[in-house]
Amino acid sequence: MNDMTPTREQREAALEGMGCKRKRVEDIRFTQGKGQYVDDLKLPGMVFGDFVRSPYAHAKVTKIDASEALKLPGVIAVLTAEDLKGVNLAWMPTLAGDVQMVLADGKVLYQNQEVAFVVAENRYIADDAIQLVEVEYEELPVLTDPFKSLDEDAPVLRPDLDGKMEGAHGPRKHHNHIFTWEVGDKDETSKAFTEADVTVKEMISYHRTHPSPLETCQCVASMDKVKGELTVWGTFQAPHVIRTVASLLSTIPEHKIHVIAPDIGGGFGNKVGAYPGYICSIVASIVTGVPVKWVEDRMENLSTTSFARDYHMTTEIAAKNDGTVTGLKVHVLADHGGFDACADPSKWPAGFFNIVTGSYDFPTAHLEVDGVYTNKAPGGVAYRCSFRVTEAAYCIERGMDILAQKLGMDPADLRIKNFVKPEQFPYQSALGWEYDSGDYHTAMHKAMDTIGYRELRAEQKAKQEAFKRGETREIMGIGVSFFTEIVGAGPSKNCDILGVAMFDSAEIRVHPTGSVISRMGTKSQGQGHETTWAQIIATEIGIPADDIMVEEGDTDTAPYGLGTYGSRSTPVAGAAIALAARKIRNKAQMIAAHMLEVSEYDLEWDVDGFQVKGNPQARKSMKEIAWAAYHAPPQGIEPGLEAVSYYDPPNMTYPFGAYFCVMDIDVDTGVAKTRRFYALDDCGTRINPMIIEGQVHGGLTEAFAIAMGQEIRYDETGNVMGASFMDFFIPTAVETPHWETDHTVTPSPHHPIGAKGVGESPNVGGVPAFSNAVNDAFQFLGSTHIQMPHDAWRIWQAAKELGAHG
Amino acid sequence: MIPGEFTYHRPSSVAEAVAILVSHGDEARPLSGGHSLIPMMKLRMAAPEHLVDLGGIADLKGVAEDGDTITVGAMTTQSDLIASELLAAKLPIVRETSELIADPQIRYLGTLGGNVANGDPGNDMPALMQCLNADYVLTGPDGDRRVPARDFYEAAYFTALAPEEILTSIRIPVPPSGHGYAYEKLKRKVGDYATAAAAVVLTMSGGAVSTCSVALTNVADTPLFAKEAGEILTGSSLDSDTIKRAVAAAEAITEPASDGRGPAEYRTKMAGVMLERALARAAERAQG
Repeated sequence: MNDMTPTREQREAALEGMGCKRKRVEDIRFTQGKGQYVDDLKLPGMVFGDFVRSPYAHAKVTKIDASEALKLPGVIAVLTAEDLKGVNLAWMPTLAGDVQMVLADGKVLYQNQEVAFVVAENRYIADDAIQLVEVEYEELPVLTDPFKSLDEDAPVLRPDLDGKMEGAHGPRKHHNHIFTWEVGDKDETSKAFTEADVTVKEMISYHRTHPSPLETCQCVASMDKVKGELTVWGTFQAPHVIRTVASLLSTIPEHKIHVIAPDIGGGFGNKVGAYPGYICSIVASIVTGVPVKWVEDRMENLSTTSFARDYHMTTEIAAKNDGTVTGLKVHVLADHGGFDACADPSKWPAGFFNIVTGSYDFPTAHLEVDGVYTNKAPGGVAYRCSFRVTEAAYCIERGMDILAQKLGMDPADLRIKNFVKPEQFPYQSALGWEYDSGDYHTAMHKAMDTIGYRELRAEQKAKQEAFKRGETREIMGIGVSFFTEIVGAGPSKNCDILGVAMFDSAEIRVHPTGSVISRMGTKSQGQGHETTWAQIIATEIGIPADDIMVEEGDTDTAPYGLGTYGSRSTPVAGAAIALAARKIRNKAQMIAAHMLEVSEYDLEWDVDGFQVKGNPQARKSMKEIAWAAYHAPPQGIEPGLEAVSYYDPPNMTYPFGAYFCVMDIDVDTGVAKTRRFYALDDCGTRINPMIIEGQVHGGLTEAFAIAMGQEIRYDETGNVMGASFMDFFIPTAVETPHWETDHTVTPSPHHPIGAKGVGESPNVGGVPAFSNAVNDAFQFLGSTHIQMPHDAWRIWQAAKELGAHG
Repeated sequence: MIPGEFTYHRPSSVAEAVAILVSHGDEARPLSGGHSLIPMMKLRMAAPEHLVDLGGIADLKGVAEDGDTITVGAMTTQSDLIASELLAAKLPIVRETSELIADPQIRYLGTLGGNVANGDPGNDMPALMQCLNADYVLTGPDGDRRVPARDFYEAAYFTALAPEEILTSIRIPVPPSGHGYAYEKLKRKVGDYATAAAAVVLTMSGGAVSTCSVALTNVADTPLFAKEAGEILTGSSLDSDTIKRAVAAAEAITEPASDGRGPAEYRTKMAGVMLERALARAAERAQG
């Protein structure tokens, strides 16, 4: 070897594989404004669709007169439910087993519900025409409070379900009842409560909010009537599922439907479901024979497509005097709005809410969820969380604080006392999950040491004394959150979407010169898949990440996959990528053996090629092997170097983390300032630490927004309040706290590269950290629980009720 | 979020602009920075058929000193106000307030004239102009007339401005050098209107308040000149009892809406807290 031969370390670094803080390749186009989003698409002859929407939250629609609108030059068509009935699309199935109106069929169930679809030559004419469509409504009594939905005299929201006492998830007990979902051992849990030294009970609400991606939902549908082929470009987090659903609904064969998700400007769960805009655009293109574009505006997005949360969780914990928890009982009242359009795996009406035992060793637990209808928009999507996991984490993390208060224990110490111990993994939870791995104690102690937890408690005590003496009007809160997530849906044994098992896929093709194109069934919306997927391949097959192109989102070219949400991409597709890469490496080994004229068992893998054991000079790089694979394969082996893998995970993965929030609150204005926020995440093997850090920053910023004010409110008559960025809280850089990030690494034992997924952890763990900080601040004044969101006026009101204003 | 159809005019003189307004009456609206009017047009809450863009009229820009008065052209942007050394020296509260309006991008376009003329109770400048006892110069077909800021506002979006008039400049009397001042604004986030805000300008002499002027933002359907609060404070040493009485007087004239910023009760109390804090800061800054 001469001096120019790169060292092993240099060769490894050149790959920019797993563990490398590789810069995001997609940012080259995004930072230059060169991304290609749906609204950038312009097709010849393309027309525009827009909705006439209901001003009422609950009303009969007695008449729709589009005649004046149709007279306006440039207006092409006005679709109503009657038109859609002709193609059997006035209603559509939801992911949750319910049906949903595409356009108002005789009545409306929430404000801004889609009533008619105007198609016009341009957006301006479409909007002018909307004003000309005359709709007559007959107002009905409005139901916005989920706690009143099951009253005997509550208004009937869904006459279409009249007499249907069996829903998609079992019996319905009331005309506004959707399902009851029960998990756990009721008797055993009751016994635990009877025998407990201490019990606590609190109704913990997680308010309605919205994922609000920067880019709203949109699509372009183009029906080629000659070929009988439909192409739909759209903001789809799960393009293949959209194709299957479109085929089932339209009866167009699946191979004649092309679904393409171009660059997507954020999803956070908002772009998982199918919305009336997609259906109407497709129908309109079929009717008109030209491409139809539909683009939601911000108010439409916030008020109609996919809210999140709206869970009201009555939480009870039983414990011994020493703090050992002995039982957990949770009842959830779940407000689903006018239709049950939750985006959960089909058999899970409340998602994976049964992760609610959290990081703690509860010997027994019982959970019951009641889903109800109200006059609010449908949705219930997983806003940057695995399905209903953020609700569960908030429930248990708030509950543990309330228990600590009752016991007079420190909330961190109470958590440590009850953690599932490292030797208990794989751990069977009382509500049915098998936690794959974890080391909670190490993470918690590292976090507490780093932030100086005991010193902060001492400072807080001193400040409380000063406040009582009238020396300051500021109080201090320390929010503790130790969350366990459940992500990576999911194993086909328990996860499917409308019958499609929730596997994912990867296809990798090595070109003769040793560069690579790879395609996956996932779809990045900002997560940086083009960067990280290439890093996995780089490490697995020894080709530099820069030589690997990653493509997603085109159902004609990408292998079938279930898409990106619920932090499933790395746990599921990430595994498929590693396994497909390993197939390639196995074949490469055979080719290398042939080239080096040795047995393949005499070869060993070395960073970017194979070498003869004991004779490292005799080696073939992957680039050399790729050339040979096409031009000189061994006899009996077919040419080429590519592989496909479909991965059905054996289990979920269980990322976890310890978050701490230190907050100072001005009791006179209710303004809360986050002084410090420390987030330790354990997501197993870390593929790109820089992207992980970015994900954590983004998720924490959302968590901060949700906990501190981000809310979709309704007034009593069902008017949706604040459905614009004037009121809906999206923090700017000025409001956003500084984030300190940290990590431990506990690889997943069942995942090929040990990775667990991280995108959603900060939202899941962040919300309880903020809320616990606010609640912790007020504890010494006698408060046990203050509901979110903690915007300034609500904090002020809590302070007032506690007598803090003198 | 798409406005109805309108005709766009871009006159190059005030006279030309007034003539367009006269010929279209209620159907025409002058456009300055556009940060209130254009969103309302997009929501179709406003649908003027003629939009008269004042951006092409050079005469409407600039800050000039004329004896005891500083005159600011209506189309002077908030960014210009922040950059003006003359204002920084003579009327520093204008810079302080401007920096609390929205964000830099908006301040490059938003104008003082648009901010005060539109009658939006959420805007910060109207209360400040009341606090400073500014006059607005309104130019119509019959020439100029002056209306004090304290008399200009009638209700939300209703002002003394006639449909054929344009607010062309703002005349601000220069307070004595050494005056104390503060604008305290509570808002949910950058870019938001005030939950409540208070403007204070005072002069002190021998530890006592010689003059004091107070005004409040976004706690009624118009800006509020808190006359009584100012009178209570005048002559006092800003002792806590007097401040309490002044705050109570200021709170008493508020009539805020309950909205996403909080219920009326909260916003009234915040007007009081902002006033208290503005007074403390103004007193600290005052000389004498």
